[in-house]
Amino acid sequence: MSPIFYILAVLTIGGGLAAVLLKNLVHAALATTVAFAGLALLYLQLDAQFAGFAQILVYIGAVAILIVFAILLTRGSDLPKDGVFSRTWAVGLVIAAAVFAVLAWAVLQSVRAVPQQAAVPAVTVHDIGNALVGRYVLPLEIVGLLLTAATIGAVIVAMHEKERAK
Amino acid sequence: MQESAAFTPQFAAASITGILWLIPALPIVASGVIALLKQPRRKPAAALAIGALSISLLLSLIAFVHVVTGWARGAVVREFVNFTWFRFGSSTVDLGWVLDPLAAVMLVMVSFVGLLIFIYSVGYMAHDENFTRFFCFMSLFAGAMLGVVISNSLLLLFMCWEIVGLTSYLLIGFWYQKPSAVAAAKKAFVTTRVGDVFFLLGIVWLFSQTGTLLFYNHGVGSLEGLALVNLLSQHAGLGLSAAGAIALLIFAGAVGKSGQLPLHVWLPDAMEGPTPVSALIHAATMVAAGVFLVARVYPLMSIGAAPHGTTAALTVVTWVGACTAVFAALIAVAQNDIKRILAYSTISQLGYMMAGLGLGGVAVGIFHLITHAFFKALLFLGAGSVIHGCHDEQDIRRMGGLRADMPFTFLTYAIGMLALCGFPLVFSGFWSKDGILEAAHHSTAIKGPFYLLLFGALLTAFYMTRQVCYAFFGHWRGGSPTHESPKVMTLPLAILAFFAIALGFIGTPAWPWFHAFLENRAVAFDFHGFAEPGLGLLMLTSSVVVFIGLGIGWWLYGDKSPKPEAPDALEKSAPWLWTPLRDRLYVDEIYGATVIAFYTWWARVADWLDRRIWGGIVAFVACLFSLWARFNRFLDVHWVDGGFDKTCEELSSGGGLLSRVEGGRVQNYLRILAAAIVALAAILLWSSRP
Amino acid sequence: MGATTPLAGYLLVAALLFAIGLAGALVRRNAILVLIGIELMLNAANLNLIAFWRFGPHPELLTGMMFAIFSIAVAAAEAAVGLGLVIAIHRHTNSTDLDKMNRMKG
Repeated sequence: MSPIFYILAVLTIGGGLAAVLLKNLVHAALATTVAFAGLALLYLQLDAQFAGFAQILVYIGAVAILIVFAILLTRGSDLPKDGVFSRTWAVGLVIAAAVFAVLAWAVLQSVRAVPQQAAVPAVTVHDIGNALVGRYVLPLEIVGLLLTAATIGAVIVAMHEKERAK
Repeated sequence: MQESAAFTPQFAAASITGILWLIPALPIVASGVIALLKQPRRKPAAALAIGALSISLLLSLIAFVHVVTGWARGAVVREFVNFTWFRFGSSTVDLGWVLDPLAAVMLVMVSFVGLLIFIYSVGYMAHDENFTRFFCFMSLFAGAMLGVVISNSLLLLFMCWEIVGLTSYLLIGFWYQKPSAVAAAKKAFVTTRVGDVFFLLGIVWLFSQTGTLLFYNHGVGSLEGLALVNLLSQHAGLGLSAAGAIALLIFAGAVGKSGQLPLHVWLPDAMEGPTPVSALIHAATMVAAGVFLVARVYPLMSIGAAPHGTTAALTVVTWVGACTAVFAALIAVAQNDIKRILAYSTISQLGYMMAGLGLGGVAVGIFHLITHAFFKALLFLGAGSVIHGCHDEQDIRRMGGLRADMPFTFLTYAIGMLALCGFPLVFSGFWSKDGILEAAHHSTAIKGPFYLLLFGALLTAFYMTRQVCYAFFGHWRGGSPTHESPKVMTLPLAILAFFAIALGFIGTPAWPWFHAFLENRAVAFDFHGFAEPGLGLLMLTSSVVVFIGLGIGWWLYGDKSPKPEAPDALEKSAPWLWTPLRDRLYVDEIYGATVIAFYTWWARVADWLDRRIWGGIVAFVACLFSLWARFNRFLDVHWVDGGFDKTCEELSSGGGLLSRVEGGRVQNYLRILAAAIVALAAILLWSSRP
Repeated sequence: MGATTPLAGYLLVAALLFAIGLAGALVRRNAILVLIGIELMLNAANLNLIAFWRFGPHPELLTGMMFAIFSIAVAAAEAAVGLGLVIAIHRHTNSTDLDKMNRMKG
């Protein structure tokens, strides 16, 4: 395993952990951004340049900003009085640990069954574009529709009721 | 009309035949859009319907010109596009459309007459609250009718045929608040269904024999050499070949749709619908669909005939047509409703077309169809204008003197009436009817139809004169004063009147352009066409017959303006003849006494069976069960209840426990979800351990 | 370059990230952080998809890659709607605390 991979893995996991653990919501959002960035770099490591840059554009460029906006709009940056963790946090932790255990077990069990090495695939953005408007054109259009619907839906849900009543 | 090597220049085939489907598709799409409009949108609905049909007309004209140019170059134009709809096992169901002279002529006629009637409807239906719905149905009808015309597959034709039937039903019952309209719609639907069942049988039989329902398909279609020879060699009993039997079954469908004997009863009642509907559907186009169908499957009808001979199927067509022509004309003599007279006249003229098809082939019948479509649409729209002007009065005895009040309507109506009567030389009806009479005269096999048709011509002239005298001559006998109709209604009348005259000149014996076009032969202008032996005499005879009819009509009714309550002139002189004719020769009564009475009786029997036999068994079983239930109840109360009450208590406390899970907390749900996934994954991994 | 790292490494990182996201969604009270946790879980799944695409037998078919790209798009839509909902709920209850939201209690 290359050292770059370790660095990126630590960056991603660390970002994730910080996002979950930090008390201040704005800090948590920034930590999430770090995790997203780590993931994007991992995609690049996997020779998935397109997906990596899409990750940066969508997650760091849009989702992270959205989260920050939501925090500001809901005054979530004020620290709550009765702690940031839910009353039954222990149960949640146990379940998360169990999920990780099962997943890790599955991965380690199948280590021998899957190929661990592979040639670098020669895939260009050109190929991806062709696939998007060729084989995957229907999903692409459906995703477009979904995004439109989600945009409209989000606006309607978040819109001020008084303005709607006018 | 055997097809030789089809002439299909690539560029032309790609241009118009490829998009031929647009012609029916546009009005159907327009109809769908109109259906989705918010209801009181009058202008967009009318604009959509008229716009879509205009484009269809334009495309039809392009197609027509394409066929004509191909024909002028001496080639047989029959282009078709076929595709597979679905396949089961080894056989496929194919659909497709075809462009040939027959389809081209019908396309232009249907879309042109339809367009004029749409425009007219804007004025006629202006005050109706269901204006939008009306145009939705009309547009759907136009699309389906155009679909019938271009179908290259009997199945596709049947589908469109049924949509046409549906819209006919919807439009007859358009004023559904009138019980008579509802009854008429039902009657039309059920009666045509009788014919359609036979039609469907014919389709299934044809498919099982030939394995295809396409008409033309490079020599392997069901109307092409191979299949026809095959069908001719099969015997179907009663001395018929399979071809003849299938042709007769399909003809039964045409009988229902075109109101031939004995399934004509629905057509007069169909006049309950709005007048543009009567004009478009029940005079010009839909009822002609039956005639068109017979023309389309003409190869099937005529296969096996000797030169100048006839086949069993064609003989049946001829006789049914001729009998209908006279029968309906007789009834029309004694009717008083202006639209009902025209309805019987339509039935009679459809009989002429059928007889023309049976005796003289496709061209003779279709020529009369086309001319009739124009002048009958003209008459119906004229009648609509009269009804509109007379404030919804339809009884000709309560009209009169309209010649002065509605001069324009009178002029156009008179043109239509003279065309229908077959007034010599100038009007189109003369030439097309003369073609049929000539064919009947030439037929060596059967002579009867000629005299029947000649008698029918006499009657036609007579009853039309009677109607016009009642409505337009004499003095006004109704209530409030009349008025001429608006421009949007009179303009279509003028256009139709022009064609009611002009169309005749493309089918005269001297220049039989139309016949040559449909039969793919060359045509030349030649006055010697009139010099054919016997033709002059025949034309003279038919003219004399028409003049006699007009003369008797004028003599009995002309300019007299009798009182509405007074008995009819004919009734005074021959009551024994008048009464059965006025009562429509008792056909409805005969059906009432036979078919409907049988159904009523059968329903009674079924009802009795239900009540007494089945009801008795049910009651007995119910009694048994009730006894058993009493016994059970006894057991329940004394034995089971104790234990059951306990169970209930357990259940309700258990429910209380479970309701804690439903705590309304998102994270709880997520937690349970994750735990379940862990459990499932663990089971999966454990069981698939190596 | 990345080929020197075996598939199992990526899968383990993805599993760990998934578990962290799940833990965040389960233990935090704030609805926004629950959404962040869900985003992390989705990202972990995307990492899995890309890793399998990279090491799968037919990377030229782009199946896993496309799956991940569509998943990113759907996740963006989900984030927009989710955060919109959080804002709407905040306006109603003046709180984003999930422990206080139990109006749907059965």
